[in-house]
Amino acid sequence: MKFFNLIKFVLVGFVFGIVLTKSEAVSWYRIYEMFQFQSFHMYGIIGVAVCVGTIGVQLIKRKNLKNIKGFPIEIEDKERGFARYVIGGTLFGLGWGLVGSCPGPIFILLGAGFYGIVIVLAGALLGTYLYGVFKNKLPH
Amino acid sequence: MYSFYGTWPWYISGFLIGAVMLTLIFFGKSFGMSSNLRTLCTIAGAGKNVDFFKFDWREQKWNLAVVFGAILGGFVAVHFLSDGSGVQLNPKTIEQLAAMNIEAPNGKLGPDSLFGWEAIKTPKTILILFFGGLLIGFGTRYAGGCTSGHAISGLSNFQKPSLIAVIGFFIGGLIMAHFLLPLIF
Repeated sequence: MKFFNLIKFVLVGFVFGIVLTKSEAVSWYRIYEMFQFQSFHMYGIIGVAVCVGTIGVQLIKRKNLKNIKGFPIEIEDKERGFARYVIGGTLFGLGWGLVGSCPGPIFILLGAGFYGIVIVLAGALLGTYLYGVFKNKLPH
Repeated sequence: MYSFYGTWPWYISGFLIGAVMLTLIFFGKSFGMSSNLRTLCTIAGAGKNVDFFKFDWREQKWNLAVVFGAILGGFVAVHFLSDGSGVQLNPKTIEQLAAMNIEAPNGKLGPDSLFGWEAIKTPKTILILFFGGLLIGFGTRYAGGCTSGHAISGLSNFQKPSLIAVIGFFIGGLIMAHFLLPLIF
């Protein structure tokens, strides 16, 4: 992929990093407050994001919109399943509640200068690796 | 009251996150941050022993570019776009945190007692952070996505698997925040 092609993705990431930091969705405190149901803030963010996303996705589907290269946009459906989503989701939720960051914020907090997040990233990489190792033995 | 250098309101932030997701779709990609963890494993050579990591990581260069941008964004937001007035929590939350010996934010995004330089010299904190990361990495890959891939992208596309995953996220998060955190801290 050419350099200039990648720049637009860096820009999208840049906006994403700023928004998640300024909205404090990367904040351990905000995640704790969310799980305590003591603030609407995080629910508002996720709710509005999903509403905007839904409107966009519906427009794409109904108007057969094309992407930047001129091809019709296709959005893949998620694989069917139950166990993997419940068990995997719950395990992730435990981690999210403990260290207060999902994968996006792990990277964003690196930039924000939180030293401890390096350890979280190391754990997340090992966790991902272990999933790859045990994938075929797990119910999906 | 909201200000540009303080906490951004939820409706602006949510709108922009939705826009980020749609922009990536328009660019012919999809919004998902946790797959970068898999790509990083592949770059580190995990594909030699484990099939799950055998793929051409160059196909995912665009997503690593998003990550790079996100890191820059985090840096700029903290150093140039913040006046230290952020993270105004519910007073009740602050009380509960004090009971667990976790300090009030005072503008900080994360507690020093968890992420600070002094804290990460203690084995207990290292263990907490590493184990938390382990759950995040294993859980997101098992579930096939995280908050961006399932909660935002998946729910926007009315995907039932994503709804199940998001319910799982909250089961885990609620158990942690209500029952386990008070035991850990």
